[in-house]
Amino acid sequence: MHSPDDQYAPIEDYAVIGDCASAALVGTDGAIDWLCWPRFDSPSIFAALLDAERGGRFQVRPTQDVSSVERRYMGDTNVLETTFTTETGVLRLTDLMPVGPPEAYRRELWPTHEILRRVECVEGTVPVQVACEPQVEYAQLDLSFEDRGAHGFFYNYDGAVLIARSEVPLTPSPGQNALYGEQTLRAGDRRFLSLTYDDEAPAVLPLLGDHAQRKLARTINYWRDWAGQCEYDGPYRDAVVRSALTLKLMTFAPSGAIVAAPTTSLPEAIGGERNWDYRYCWLRDAALTLRALYELGYEDEGRAFFSWLLHTTRPTAPELQVMYDVHGNTNLTERTLSHLEGYRQSPPVRVGNGAHDQLQLDTYGELISAAYEFVRREHELDPWHRRLLVSLGNEVCARWEEPDEGIWEVRSGRHHHTFSKAMCWVALERLLALHEEGYVTVPVDRYRTEAAHIRAAVEEQGYNEEKESYVATFGGDRLDASLLLLPTYGYKEATSPRMKSTFARIHEELAQNGLLHRYPPDTDDGFTSEEGAFGLCSFWDEEMFARLGRLDEAREKLGETIGYANDLGLFAEEIDPETGAFLGNFPQAFTHVGLINAAITITKAEEEAPTALHEQPDPQ
Amino acid sequence: MTSLLALNVGSALLWGLFATGLLTLLMSGSQGLGWSRISFPYMIGSMFTSHRGRAMGIGFLVHLAVGMSFALLYALVFESWQWATWWLGGLLGVFHGLFLLAVLMPALPDLHPRMASTHHGPTPTRQLEPPGFLALNYGRSTPVLTIVGHIVYGMLLGLFYPLGGGGLL
Repeated sequence: MHSPDDQYAPIEDYAVIGDCASAALVGTDGAIDWLCWPRFDSPSIFAALLDAERGGRFQVRPTQDVSSVERRYMGDTNVLETTFTTETGVLRLTDLMPVGPPEAYRRELWPTHEILRRVECVEGTVPVQVACEPQVEYAQLDLSFEDRGAHGFFYNYDGAVLIARSEVPLTPSPGQNALYGEQTLRAGDRRFLSLTYDDEAPAVLPLLGDHAQRKLARTINYWRDWAGQCEYDGPYRDAVVRSALTLKLMTFAPSGAIVAAPTTSLPEAIGGERNWDYRYCWLRDAALTLRALYELGYEDEGRAFFSWLLHTTRPTAPELQVMYDVHGNTNLTERTLSHLEGYRQSPPVRVGNGAHDQLQLDTYGELISAAYEFVRREHELDPWHRRLLVSLGNEVCARWEEPDEGIWEVRSGRHHHTFSKAMCWVALERLLALHEEGYVTVPVDRYRTEAAHIRAAVEEQGYNEEKESYVATFGGDRLDASLLLLPTYGYKEATSPRMKSTFARIHEELAQNGLLHRYPPDTDDGFTSEEGAFGLCSFWDEEMFARLGRLDEAREKLGETIGYANDLGLFAEEIDPETGAFLGNFPQAFTHVGLINAAITITKAEEEAPTALHEQPDPQ
Repeated sequence: MTSLLALNVGSALLWGLFATGLLTLLMSGSQGLGWSRISFPYMIGSMFTSHRGRAMGIGFLVHLAVGMSFALLYALVFESWQWATWWLGGLLGVFHGLFLLAVLMPALPDLHPRMASTHHGPTPTRQLEPPGFLALNYGRSTPVLTIVGHIVYGMLLGLFYPLGGGGLL
């Protein structure tokens, strides 16, 4: 009987590869333990991440014991290189999902999706073993390979086909549901393995050998060219470029959507019940994501993301959902896959997300702020975008007094969240600003009156005089890290007495080992288990230091938080402040958005006057 | 001997277009439902270009044209027998579908410039999965769906071609 610790690698041991429509997690043991095709939220092909026995994996590794493993992305790319050192030699494994510029797709046929693996012996002699064990549809379908000789092994299911081809000879298992191979490589030997996916049409057979080598080179060039467009040139360039590359991996290129993470149900507390499906797109961080993309110079991605935002929200407007799928669909019904035991035996494994129909009033402020950011950069707004934004503004006027579930999607009912109310104010102020600039036409008097009422309510009920701090809910006394964003969205000057004291209280009550919890661990959020520190909040904290002009501390803190990244520069959603272990879904797009924005804010603050970030009059 | 002049070309082309459209709809529906991966537009279009999107567009147009041409053949048969009914069209569709599956599909790797040979591995210029016997490589339901699609094609022609007048009336 294996213990969970033997069977499951730490989350930080994973790397991510992808093709801007789907992604795979690769462990330090050469195993692809998570892959969903054809898109991020499709049922899994490999899910050993969530059930080591049943989930299925695709592993390439030395047969012998490995004395050390080193890995890196090849420069500024999403091509992963893992180097195993054994007693008899050194083996290098290169993993990628091939991508290329648009013209490459016109010149030759491409499989819809492909994982290409190159294994090469660098020194000595190394026996290699391969195990390819797909378990499609979250390991709910029991199918077998068909051996088609030189064309590879075919796995037909539900109108789709997986094709495995390999230069390491593979043999089907007795049940034909897995492929195994073993071969001894000598220094200079190189072998390619490919797994492809096609559906709804005859498949494109994967090529190995020199053609695969060219595909590898083309993929490296694609990522280098893309990373080379990054306009940030400050002291955190490496971390920022890695974050941008990770964000690009989580972009669903056909629609421009960005998923929160490519995984589901990696627990926020080991053994606990905080397991969620993050393979969807949240409106919550729209404005900050758009800002990150534009600040880095990725205007095409910014336009695509904004276009997705408004096209997606149009059918439900003026009501907004918390999240949508990559094509903007709203039906994300949550269900539990009870046949999977969960990462390190932490059930349940959930697909879909029950928070999709919650009310989060802050999303109005975030979406309208994104529109404001877009107009600042592009100086245009389509007529139907204008109508949509005004309908959202009217909805804010009608609903801001309602309680909501808040930014953290707690499952303990609705409350009057201070941050949600402040973001309603932001929504109306941004629309008034767009009105003054001639991009929309709003009922000015109504919006001004409502904005004043909202601000008065926040200042009277969302600020606890005794605690000298803004608080999570009206009339409450609990803190919330989201309040650090009030200056970012222009609600409050960072240097105002109320923000300064709030900042101090948040540090006193939410900080642990240089990281921040999003709210006090004993908060009733509908669950009994304790979660880790929230990576994103730590980056907000560093932005706040910069806005306060405390640049030395901002730099020190940012360096400290970046130090919690794994060896490849990747972040999960949460970090255990005691051990530094990752918790929650991985990698987390918005943690990387936070890193990018913190680095940009600090670098700008060093170059410019810090007050330039704030435009609103601040009476208190 | 039947005179070709008796052929109602307009009616054959019109209903050929309609029947091909319905055949395409049925086959696309079966792809979407995961019953088969056969795609006549993609297989035809990829003869002309490697660009997947363009291949679908070109293939769709060429498939329509081919479908309309075949309608002329069907009409010729109807005229030669001086008889056209839905079930006769359906019988012709069975023959049409079987010919496609048993004769054309196995020969396709030799005719298609981008299709991999059945006997050798893929090459940089020939990567498309060959259909195999009865196009079974594209899914076990493919032969049945292909024949059903062509039966419907033939039935429509048998039913509607005589309505256009010509030698049969």
